[in-house]
Amino acid sequence: MLNIVVCIKQVPMVTELPWDEKTGTLRRDLAAGMMNPACKRAVEAALQIKEKQGASITVMTMGPPAAEEVLREALAMGADRGIFICDPILAGSDTYATSFILAAAIQKEASGCDLILCGAYTSDSETAQVGPQLAEELNIPAAAYAEHLDISGRILRVRRLVDNFRETLEMEFPALVTISMERYEPRYASFAGLNKAFMETDIPVLNAEALGITAANLEARGSRTKVRRVFIRKTQKENVMITGAAAIAAGEFLDRYQRAISAVIGKSIEAEKQA
Amino acid sequence: MKTGKNKRTMKNKQKSIWVFGDYRNYYQNRVTLQLISKAVDLARVVDAEVCAVVFGHNVEEWIMEYTAHGADRVLAIDHPSLTSYSTENYLALIEKLARQRDPDIILIGATDFGREFAPRLAKRLKTGLSADCVGLDIAPEGLLVQIAPSFGGHMLAEIVTEKHRPQMATVRPGTFKEIPHNYERTAIVERLSLPANLPASRVRVVEYERAAQKGHTIENAMVIVCGGRGMGNKNNFKKLNELARLLNGDVGATRPVVYAGWADHDALVGQAGKHIKPKILFSFGISGAIQHTAGLGEANFIVAINKNPQATMMKIADVAIAADASDLLNNLIKELKKRIRE
Ligand SMILES: Cc1cc2nc3c(=O)[nH]c(=O)nc-3n(C[C@H](O)[C@H](O)[C@H](O)COP(=O)(O)OP(=O)(O)OC[C@H]3O[C@@H](n4cnc5c(N)ncnc54)[C@H](O)[C@@H]3O)c2cc1C
Repeated sequence: MLNIVVCIKQVPMVTELPWDEKTGTLRRDLAAGMMNPACKRAVEAALQIKEKQGASITVMTMGPPAAEEVLREALAMGADRGIFICDPILAGSDTYATSFILAAAIQKEASGCDLILCGAYTSDSETAQVGPQLAEELNIPAAAYAEHLDISGRILRVRRLVDNFRETLEMEFPALVTISMERYEPRYASFAGLNKAFMETDIPVLNAEALGITAANLEARGSRTKVRRVFIRKTQKENVMITGAAAIAAGEFLDRYQRAISAVIGKSIEAEKQA
Repeated sequence: MKTGKNKRTMKNKQKSIWVFGDYRNYYQNRVTLQLISKAVDLARVVDAEVCAVVFGHNVEEWIMEYTAHGADRVLAIDHPSLTSYSTENYLALIEKLARQRDPDIILIGATDFGREFAPRLAKRLKTGLSADCVGLDIAPEGLLVQIAPSFGGHMLAEIVTEKHRPQMATVRPGTFKEIPHNYERTAIVERLSLPANLPASRVRVVEYERAAQKGHTIENAMVIVCGGRGMGNKNNFKKLNELARLLNGDVGATRPVVYAGWADHDALVGQAGKHIKPKILFSFGISGAIQHTAGLGEANFIVAINKNPQATMMKIADVAIAADASDLLNNLIKELKKRIRE
């Protein structure tokens, strides 16, 4: 039977977070978490493989305590086992560090797994880097942006559309694939499934120590990038401001710019009076 | 110790900024040329050469193009086995070259290919990478400052890779401007042979073909009428079509609007969507988050309509109309119908 690991992430429910103009920060407090949409499709892809040929599915996430929720949701959808990586010293990891930590967890809890699935990108940062970097950590073949998976024996076929090229790729297990948003419309978790996942299932929590990660090897294998400064863009440009009632503003705008517009579109625009 | 100079074996070695030659879809996607242009700016500051790296079969055309657009050096590996793009093959090649030559910076276009290739290369070279930079600069002490959107696009973050080399960044197509070509330019071209001990790719390409191109895209429209969440609802949003029709233009949209189903994904403008270059852009009820404005780099003349005069979009516009978006739209349509002579 195939062993599949699906790496998933919790993201804010609204990708367009409200903005607090006064304090200059995001109102993260207003945003509940949800499973990243592409990760949900990765869970769905795993479930379809399981239905077709049998598989055991482990879902794994790293995040703050609240992120455990997405594991339970994946269990409710039909995954078999959840693994939660949670430790304040791992917070703020860049993709370089995250892929190192996920690899450590896979080696500890699911070593020998055949297939690792990730969402191709997350809705909150969209770097699309963790999946490919995890493949490097584990030193296995990989394909990003998969639309369709086919398995025969130990051979995995991946169909994808990248940069306007249709590709079919083939590789042997173990392999890593990131799932795009094109196919694998995720199923809803059943009520019974949710009930069971939230009430009856224990999800082990792994901290850094359990993964054999120390401050020293975080220094060696951890984040490479550093955010130096975060700032608001300076944008004000010399411009024309038009205010007032919409009907008048629309007229004023055209009076000033209709000749320029007309030159671009090749239609004549003239105020009625002048006609 | 601070900037990783300890890693350098040769002192006073010529610094090099590499740009990965991503030539698939060359005529639609000029990202490699745009990065070469940026690299030329950076190279001036840090006194480096700009080096384009290109793998494939029959790459003479790209060598010529990269030279004409500003590269000082081109490293090329031309071999029939490299005819179709292959992440693993290209990784093995560039990793080897990077280890031999120790570039200071590697810039990679954020195409689908680049977005898979760059993170893996960064991991192999044990260095940092920032995705989708909207600006690149050199800090006083010589580090590459990678400016990337942060916190939902209302802020920018300056990211640096302090201790590890090369410093790596991906950049979306359309972010920078290419230098016009000059076919008189010359560069040092190194035509390298395929290393003999190249590991076989573990990923086999079974099928590889160009997908059918979509005919019409808003990338070529002269006038674009873009709408955001400030349009209020789908019905109001649909009226943008009428203005676009009157102005022989196309309709664009922001991401929340696409997610809400008011517009198709094809209409998405910004980092995750299209980069547009209209002569005239109307922006109705759009706040101006960086992920959106990243797609407007080449818009010539921007008219923003927003009820909030302080919105970023109003500040970057040439004409800012403080009004209710739908109200202004309806009036503009009415006025235009009176004034247009077909
Ligand atoms: C990784 C990532 C990638 C992204 N990629 C993209 C992308 O490619 N393209 C994109 O567009 N976004 C993208 N986004 C989202 C982006 O950050 C913004 O959230 C989005 O652009 C905001 O859209 P908006 O301006 O329509 O909505 P809002 O930010 O909500 O702005 C609405 C504006 O309308 C104004 N308004 C409200 N009511 C009215 C009214 N009645 N009349 C006039 N004005 C009114 C408001 O003052 C406000 O300025 C991305 C985000 C992330 C995290």
